[in-house]
Amino acid sequence: MQWIQQNLPYFLAGISVGGQYALIAIGYTMVYGILRLINFAHGDIFMCAGLMLVYLSASLPFYVSIPLVLLLTVLLGFTVERVAYKPLRKAPRMSVMISAIGVSYLLQNVALYVTGGLSKQYPAIPWLSDTVTVFGALTKRVTIITPFLTIILIVLLVLLINHTNVGMAMRAVSKDFETSLLMGIKIDNVISVTFIIGSFLAGVGSLLFFSNYTGVTPTVGAMPGLKAFVAAVFGGIGSVPGAVIGAFIIGICENIIKAMGWTTFSDAFTFALLILILIFRPTGLFGEKVTDKV
Amino acid sequence: MIEKKKGSKANLIFALGLVVLVFVLEQLLPSSSMLLTVIKKSAIYALAAVSMNLLNGFTGLFSLGQAGFMMIGAYAYAILNVPTDQRAAVYQYFDGGIIQFSITEGISSVLGNVAGLIIGVLLSLVVAGLVAAVFAYLIGLPVLRFRGDYLAVATLGFAEIIRAFFQWDKLGPITNGSNLLRKFTNLADFNIKNSTGQVIINLSTTILVLIVAACIMIIAMMINSTYGRSFKAIRDDETAAEAMGINLAKHKMTSFVVSAFFAGIAGALLAMYQTTVQAAPFKTAMTYEILLIVVIGGIGSLSGSCISAFIFVGASEWWLRFLDEEKYNILNTHILRSGFRKVVFSVIIMIIVLFFRKGIMGENELNIAGFGRWLKRLFTGKKKPAIETEAK
Amino acid sequence: MAESVLRLEDVTMQFGGVVALNNLSMEVNKGEIVALIGPNGAGKTTAFNAITGVYEPTNGAIYFMDELLVENYPKEKMKKLYAGENNGKYTKSVVKTPDVITKAGMARTFQNIRLWPSMTVFENVLVAKHLRRTSNLFSATFRGNRKEEARQREEVAELLRIVGLDDVQDELSTSLPYGKQRRLEIARALATNPKLLLLDEPAAGMNPQETDELTEFIGQIRNDFDMTILLIEHHMNLVMGISDRIYVLDFGRLISSGTPDVVQSDQKVIDAYLGVADEDA
Repeated sequence: MQWIQQNLPYFLAGISVGGQYALIAIGYTMVYGILRLINFAHGDIFMCAGLMLVYLSASLPFYVSIPLVLLLTVLLGFTVERVAYKPLRKAPRMSVMISAIGVSYLLQNVALYVTGGLSKQYPAIPWLSDTVTVFGALTKRVTIITPFLTIILIVLLVLLINHTNVGMAMRAVSKDFETSLLMGIKIDNVISVTFIIGSFLAGVGSLLFFSNYTGVTPTVGAMPGLKAFVAAVFGGIGSVPGAVIGAFIIGICENIIKAMGWTTFSDAFTFALLILILIFRPTGLFGEKVTDKV
Repeated sequence: MIEKKKGSKANLIFALGLVVLVFVLEQLLPSSSMLLTVIKKSAIYALAAVSMNLLNGFTGLFSLGQAGFMMIGAYAYAILNVPTDQRAAVYQYFDGGIIQFSITEGISSVLGNVAGLIIGVLLSLVVAGLVAAVFAYLIGLPVLRFRGDYLAVATLGFAEIIRAFFQWDKLGPITNGSNLLRKFTNLADFNIKNSTGQVIINLSTTILVLIVAACIMIIAMMINSTYGRSFKAIRDDETAAEAMGINLAKHKMTSFVVSAFFAGIAGALLAMYQTTVQAAPFKTAMTYEILLIVVIGGIGSLSGSCISAFIFVGASEWWLRFLDEEKYNILNTHILRSGFRKVVFSVIIMIIVLFFRKGIMGENELNIAGFGRWLKRLFTGKKKPAIETEAK
Repeated sequence: MAESVLRLEDVTMQFGGVVALNNLSMEVNKGEIVALIGPNGAGKTTAFNAITGVYEPTNGAIYFMDELLVENYPKEKMKKLYAGENNGKYTKSVVKTPDVITKAGMARTFQNIRLWPSMTVFENVLVAKHLRRTSNLFSATFRGNRKEEARQREEVAELLRIVGLDDVQDELSTSLPYGKQRRLEIARALATNPKLLLLDEPAAGMNPQETDELTEFIGQIRNDFDMTILLIEHHMNLVMGISDRIYVLDFGRLISSGTPDVVQSDQKVIDAYLGVADEDA
């Protein structure tokens, strides 16, 4: 019991962080599935969602500011795609990746300008931020909510992908970009929808993530962003369930490492995991094999 | 062929001219001058960008590990150059550390102070580069087999892993953990002082520019050699390159290791310029900045990277500074305040990335000989010779 | 007895459950022009890729100049899946990457031309000399290889003169007309000093006049360079006109081989292939 009480918080935190990574990872995996682009700016969109709530909740009640934040995040994701990626559809992939890095740099600098470089206090969202006791361990309610909310959202997403026209178009485009174009699928719309879904989930993720960590800084999105990407690769990039499982595994492992007193290496661990996967199973847990033709 | 030789001679003269100009400027301007600061920093960034361009632009390997290799170089240089009598103070939390010698100091005790300083620093720079190169070799073994964008993330990941190790307090006796390394031989040691300790000839900027110019010259020579041509072949079409007998693994590794070697030297120079070293600033953001310099200059153009480094550093540190000052308030709004400069700057970068994808130079090089001929024509009013391929 | 340059023994290529090439044995002797023909999907390019090291054969052996070059047998997952013949006959696993095979003396061209677009005609050919260097990174960077570099440039200039591309040597490779790009690709392959030249559909996309020029060009290469040539081709005029011997593939299997006359009158070939080709022509 003593042991459980000591270690349960880490485990719970792991599941919770895993859920948050999962919500971000979906944005990466879906965009990669369709555009073959590592959207380096995705982590920064997540950061912007956090900052927006900081500023909006100062003057608006939560029942207005939270939906507004989600809407604005979606708008931001949509705009980034239209402005920075769409013009480069025919350009080499490296150009698009550089553009993503440029957007990331821009969003961070805007955030730096707006905040003046200071860490902004994230508002305590009532109910979500309340403290609860689980098996004698103290934790915030958001920790308990996160995995359930994540799973609900992902089930909805999978239903959307498998049972709607938009979902079918998405699957078609990620299977074969050129043919889908020939078949008359409006690729730009499909891509926009992908970015909208990804940004929305990143927005929800930011609510959950920042409720746990009180400060929002301009560079706070970079690390969770990269970790979520690793989770996406781990699960097999392009696969939604894969990304979710990968995210939970990474979240839990990371917190176990912290519990063992190796905090310096919690980030390094994620990347070590990435490299091991790329060496031994480059397609990830659920990914499909891609071969180049001569 | 003949034309090419003439061109490289003209470039050499041009580079030497630049060094002389820097030397003159350094004597005329106060050492706190913004121009000198920008020259120093942009020279270091130019070398870093050129080393990255070798990989990303000429070999087609999209690697994002440059800041990591710079950090290795900076640490290797700093660790090996803290004077022995200062080690106790620098490694105060680690009982003075376990390394108890300084390369520069050691050589100075044999060859005298001046020769010791020059040879010691040059040797340390080479060692810094070699340490980075050894790391690159080990990282390259697994990583270079990955496809394009996975390579980018894997190299980025390795840079982060190495950074974590350098900050680990168990390695503190070597790296000083997350504390600053300082008091090592730096650029100011090259200034010539009189007996009262007053500086009579400033050399800190000149020596830096000289070293950077030499390194870039070596990279340029390599790119123009048979190896550089095969790198380009790999970039253009890997399958064809392999079918024509180019060993992909070996050549990619060569490019990766050489790039890391020069990134390591750039990192060591950065350490000399900053006079202190800490792992924290060598983040992914630094790699992104270097990448953006490469993109602005033109992916596949060395002179482009150099020009772009100067513009990038100048704009972000100096020319756009007025944007951060609240005194120029338009219509009493407070748009102009700390940080606005960086916003404007990143918007400009986005515009370049989206609409001027070739950057300043595209894949071309600054052709001094050609520029000279152009000037001559301009002044003598002669038309361009009809047959351009006269030297064939 | 003719001197053997290339010999395939029971080469089988299987991808998953699909046998793309089944038990192919063939031989190319010194000085010959040998053609490998067959309908689309017959396994010609697969055979080429197996010979040049792009693929590892699933089973079988390849000899070059009577020395073992590549040998393989079904391993791991393939052990159970293997559907080809001669299982168990080969027990060694010797596989090589394309660059090693090129270095050994085989050079190829590609069905869809693969020149290096950012380089000039001259540079395209010069890079193919890289594998015959004696310089290392240091000597090359610091120009310790001046003599070698000058000699290689001389050889490239000579080669371009022979193939008739010397007048465009400073132009970007991709700015050339189609026929000349083909010629350049062949010149590039020749620059590696091969003993065997492999041409993957050299006449693809050419009009009859260009095809005739190419036919003449291939013959010229054989004579000027004393070259042995293996080619894949669809244009029957070209194949029948210059080949000494022909191998015919259908569904991954060898169905006929011999001189053009023998193959042309073979009923199996007519059934599988020539009937269709005639309609095309």
